Amino acid sequence: MDIGGINPVILIATLMASAVPILMAALGETVVERSGVLNLGVEGMMVVGALGGFVIAVATGSPVLGFVGGAVAGALLSLIFALLTQVFLANQVATGLALTMFGLGVSSLGGQGYNGIKPPPTGQLLPDALADLPVVGPILFGHDWMVYFSILMTAILWWVLKTTRLGLIIRAVGESHEAAHALGYKVNRIRLMCIAFGGAMAGMGGAYISLVRVPQWVDGITAGAGWIALAIVVFASWKPWRVLIGAYLFGGITVLQLNLQVAGSAIPVEYLSMAPYLITIIVLVIMSAGKRGKANGAPAALGQNFHASR
Amino acid sequence: MLRLEKRPTPSRFWLYATPPVAVILTMIVGGILFALMGKNPFEVIRTIFWDPIFGEFAFYLRGQLLVKAGPLILIAIGLALGFRAGIWNIGAEGQYIMGAIVGASVGLAVFPTDNRLIFPVMVVAGAFGGWAWAMIPAILKTRFNTNEILVSLMLVYVAETILAKASTGFLKNPEGMGFPGSRNFSSFPAAQNSFLYEPLGLHWGGVAALVTGILAYILLTRHQAGFQIRLAGQAPRAARFHGVNPARLVVMCMGISGALAGMAGLFEVTGPAGQISIDFNSGYGFTAIIVAFLGRLNPLGIVLAGFLMALTYVGGEMASTNLGLPDAAIQVFQGMLLFFLLAVDVLTNYRFRLSVGGAVKGAK
Repeated sequence: MDIGGINPVILIATLMASAVPILMAALGETVVERSGVLNLGVEGMMVVGALGGFVIAVATGSPVLGFVGGAVAGALLSLIFALLTQVFLANQVATGLALTMFGLGVSSLGGQGYNGIKPPPTGQLLPDALADLPVVGPILFGHDWMVYFSILMTAILWWVLKTTRLGLIIRAVGESHEAAHALGYKVNRIRLMCIAFGGAMAGMGGAYISLVRVPQWVDGITAGAGWIALAIVVFASWKPWRVLIGAYLFGGITVLQLNLQVAGSAIPVEYLSMAPYLITIIVLVIMSAGKRGKANGAPAALGQNFHASR
Repeated sequence: MLRLEKRPTPSRFWLYATPPVAVILTMIVGGILFALMGKNPFEVIRTIFWDPIFGEFAFYLRGQLLVKAGPLILIAIGLALGFRAGIWNIGAEGQYIMGAIVGASVGLAVFPTDNRLIFPVMVVAGAFGGWAWAMIPAILKTRFNTNEILVSLMLVYVAETILAKASTGFLKNPEGMGFPGSRNFSSFPAAQNSFLYEPLGLHWGGVAALVTGILAYILLTRHQAGFQIRLAGQAPRAARFHGVNPARLVVMCMGISGALAGMAGLFEVTGPAGQISIDFNSGYGFTAIIVAFLGRLNPLGIVLAGFLMALTYVGGEMASTNLGLPDAAIQVFQGMLLFFLLAVDVLTNYRFRLSVGGAVKGAK
């Protein structure tokens, strides 16, 4: 049942795994942007999380602790962003760019001496009896725990943002910080916590690249995944389930493009490897075309700093 | 308790004091970082900031300063025009690459001509390449309201794959014995961007950078278009009543920054880099963002900031060969500089107030 040298069941199973890093990072950024903060430092937080996760996993021999380490590393880096934008009221776009450059530098500095080391493997979660079932086995049961965790996080964030009081507060802060402040909510403190959450999610996503996808440490290992995560948040109109769809579509394109390269397609390798970026641009154009202003679902206070004058 | 209070008008003192304060803070924290890495912080700081200008090899390194500062200044001035108007072109790296490829292609197409006129034609072609690459996000922004930050950045990755294709495919040196990379411009004198005055490291790129700095200053302070840029950034609503066409502003700012980045790429590839190769671009397009902010988005400030950033490059290379400091440490150092700049900048628009038991006393 191969189509053009590519098995569709394997393709779906691999795309779910390859989407995990951008899915995690994009989910975190969704919460950050819903609270009215535009953090362009996703790439930096991911790469620092990738290194943090790798170092902890190698040191402890436990991949699970590695993911925790990645989350902590990403959150710590995001606190620099939070300090600058929420306390010192710095421009969010500029600070986010600085965070990415700083994160790439820090990770490449801290990663020296980790090249060529194999991290402890992250195994399949469910027993082989389930994963070996035809068709549904590889797609539904053949994954490691992070794949299920990322789907679970999508569901949790959807539930929190849509139905809970906490979600309402986050959205209020992101839609109108003046009104939220007048109601007595600590706008900057809530945003700070959202930023740290976004950093932890991006860090875990990054750790998945260095611990599972690659799996080893290379400088600049994220290769633009953080920017794609930012694009997916726009694509998804700031809604968690659509983030999942976007990440899977993107994961599918990446896997397909790699498979086509391996299968020896007639399309030159260079054009295949630029396809994910071109398709992201096309999707962004389609999503934003015809929707002027705020109608595309962007939080109203996105990118604006808040200073309580009273 | 310390709290922030908005100033009635931005402080002129802090507007100019912010960059030096940020540099000093970066030196202190960077020094601590270098000490943690087991290096003598004073020696490293001296190697980076003092030796290139006054040290033993300064006669050579002083020239290197302008070589590195030229492209940074050229790109940063273009970016600053857009940043002032709230237009975020962060894909200058891609425009830089495309300018280099288009300009070099024009030159290599007529290899081996002796006509010196080919060089200005290549400069125009380089500017055109960068301009065209920047027009993609600009047109998508004005036609479809697509986010220019994400599109311009995605195009950097696309440009990098085109660069890989150029150096291994359509621009590969036919006499290169199979090695990747184009013909070297040092063996193509008519199209070469050679030094005009070697001790200062002055080539046509440096001339262009300094002239652009002055022209951009005049544009911003004396010209209608510059007024519109500043107005659109500071008061978008007022700008609309004034009759500023936002779409035209986007196309203009993106176009200027793309053309300048493309020119910088052409000067680099025909001069210091020598040829199109997979990694001839050294991240100037991204570092220029730091330069633009360090120069307070002011063209004359950017010229100074470009030299300062060039100093960290040249000195950083010295520190890496003489003291074994990793290159990544310089990257961290540059990132920290931007952080401190953004943090100290709060003092331009706000002041800290120390309130003790109801009585409010001024602090700082």
